[in-house]
Amino acid sequence: MAQVKNRLTPFFENITFDREDNELILNFGPQHPSAHGQLRLMLHLQQEQIVKAHPDVGYLHRGMEKMAENMIYNEFMPTTDRMDYIASSSNNYGFALAVEKLIDVEVPRRAKVIRMMLLEINRLMSHLFWLATTALDIGAMTVFLFAFREREYLMDIIEGYCGARLTHAAIRIGGVPLDIQDTFLSQLKTFLDKLPANIKDYEDLLDTNRIWLMRMEEVGVVSKEMALSWGCTGPMLRASGVQWDIRKEEPYELYDEVEFNVPYSDKGDNFARYRIYMEEMRETAKILYQTMDMYEETVKNGQTDLMAHAPKYISAPKLDIMTQNYSLMQHFVLVTQGMRPPVGEVYIATESPKGELGFFINSQGGPYPYRLKLRAPSFWHTGILTDLLPGHYIPDVVSIIGTTNIVFGEVDR
Amino acid sequence: MRAYTPKDDVQAKAYYTDRYYVAPQVPKQEVETDEVFAADLAALKAKFDVKESFIQMKQMIVYINANDIYGVLEFLRDELTYTQLSEMSAIDWLAKDNTFEIFYQMLSMTKRKRLRIKFFINKGEAVDSVESLFRSADWSEREMFDMFGIEANNHPFMKRILLPYDWQGNPLLKTYPLEGDEFAAWYEVDKIYGKEARDVIGPEIRDTARVDRYDSERFARLGFEVPKGTKITGDEKPNTQDYQEEGGVFLVKKFTKESSKIIDDPQR
Repeated sequence: MAQVKNRLTPFFENITFDREDNELILNFGPQHPSAHGQLRLMLHLQQEQIVKAHPDVGYLHRGMEKMAENMIYNEFMPTTDRMDYIASSSNNYGFALAVEKLIDVEVPRRAKVIRMMLLEINRLMSHLFWLATTALDIGAMTVFLFAFREREYLMDIIEGYCGARLTHAAIRIGGVPLDIQDTFLSQLKTFLDKLPANIKDYEDLLDTNRIWLMRMEEVGVVSKEMALSWGCTGPMLRASGVQWDIRKEEPYELYDEVEFNVPYSDKGDNFARYRIYMEEMRETAKILYQTMDMYEETVKNGQTDLMAHAPKYISAPKLDIMTQNYSLMQHFVLVTQGMRPPVGEVYIATESPKGELGFFINSQGGPYPYRLKLRAPSFWHTGILTDLLPGHYIPDVVSIIGTTNIVFGEVDR
Repeated sequence: MRAYTPKDDVQAKAYYTDRYYVAPQVPKQEVETDEVFAADLAALKAKFDVKESFIQMKQMIVYINANDIYGVLEFLRDELTYTQLSEMSAIDWLAKDNTFEIFYQMLSMTKRKRLRIKFFINKGEAVDSVESLFRSADWSEREMFDMFGIEANNHPFMKRILLPYDWQGNPLLKTYPLEGDEFAAWYEVDKIYGKEARDVIGPEIRDTARVDRYDSERFARLGFEVPKGTKITGDEKPNTQDYQEEGGVFLVKKFTKESSKIIDDPQR
């Protein structure tokens, strides 16, 4: 059979492999199981030590900012799912919040509580996923199986709420589309009651594990100056000695009403980041218990509204649309033409599981954003590899990529 | 007669706008209403030329001269504790007045304040790189170069970041269509098979919403599959697909919904 000529077939005749300085260039990825996506690294090696690292991204680039400029605001919501697809509700939320600030609507309390529950469940899902994959990269198969089991329960709860496991689109501009299902709270409570024991299981497996400690301690040290300069946020920044959590410092939703701590460390190495993820899971569980009580309170007080009332921007409840002519007309206009926010700019940052997730929207009064910039934390957490990897050895690359917790849907957008 | 479409902005347009509609404005406040910002602005004004400043959405926006940017950001970082550059990029105003608006989103963690530094440059002009102040600008400036074609002076590695190095065109310009231009349609064909194969393969279909129901080569017709290249007439018989042999496979039980047990308590 004749071979199909293809220009991608590699040929090596014109590449010299030995250089005078004995430096080897190693291509890592873009298809590598421990690259957590489509990361390509060009590593310059002296023996096994990295002297220069050059991350190459963009293999998952879909042009979301361009898409946003050609979509009405509500249409863009499912696209945000595809940024950080490990915790997609947090992307939905960041976008919804930015548009809500722009159109200046106040979300009903019950919707706020539900949103907080979704956000924190997403945080738990993301952290469990991080723990599972990083542990697997290091070789701890058991932790992977344990953490994925727990994440599966959470995904079941989310699936019961919105029907999707990964790409939730569970939040709308102005509130949430649905009330939580009957089993939501009981399922969540069963899960949370067991979670401390689960976390202890992981820690028993990892905290004193010799291999884990050797791969984690004193590896990938990010200094405070470096973290600030590289725009690191979230656990990356908190592991480097800055106690900064947007939920605490610039509270949105009802985060000023719940009690939680912000764990931080001044070590800056892989192990510090690991410890922060574990502690954050405990804090998240704490927040979830409180939101469950808050939800019960809204039930008791009869606060049943789930969507903000702003007829200019947000469709009326389904009952009104089905029974009242004017609501139906508004709904029709909002679906076909889209809402037209005021002329102005907004930059809103929220604390996603990975760090500061920011949405910059420039609106010119039209139904499409004039410019939308997505500030994804993983983008800079990938960039920092340029400065972080040199000096380390090849095996450390895997554990460092693991603890930076980068997701390529977010890096490439 | 065909409707006129402007060539300098090919993005989606509202198909209907009430001609009496006046878009409301997001309210702006005076900088004096916030004392922290007022002090910062006074310190900035003492050293640099500030063109315009106001507060919008609790964040201060300051317009400066394009060539002051390095000094302003250095001053903000060292004197006014704005230690993080969260984000920077550009806005395309070429259709309006042939300029780009560049913004730098800054964060001060000690003051818990965010401010935005902005300036305008003309088309073809470059900005001064702030990469040596904030390493995060290394990648942001590359992304801006990639998306808008705006170069940064003194940047150590001014190459595209998200798109391939040999790409042509800057996708976030308003003149760039959503589906990509002529170059984009032939890029992969040329790269993989060579220009000589253009006639055989044809341009890449880049409209993601396009579905041709008579196309048997590119799209799966679920439930109505036909062999590749068949001429589709529309009266194909549905194929009921069974993914397991009728007689069963050794050790593998056929899945039926009736005989399966559903566990409703995930924690068991």
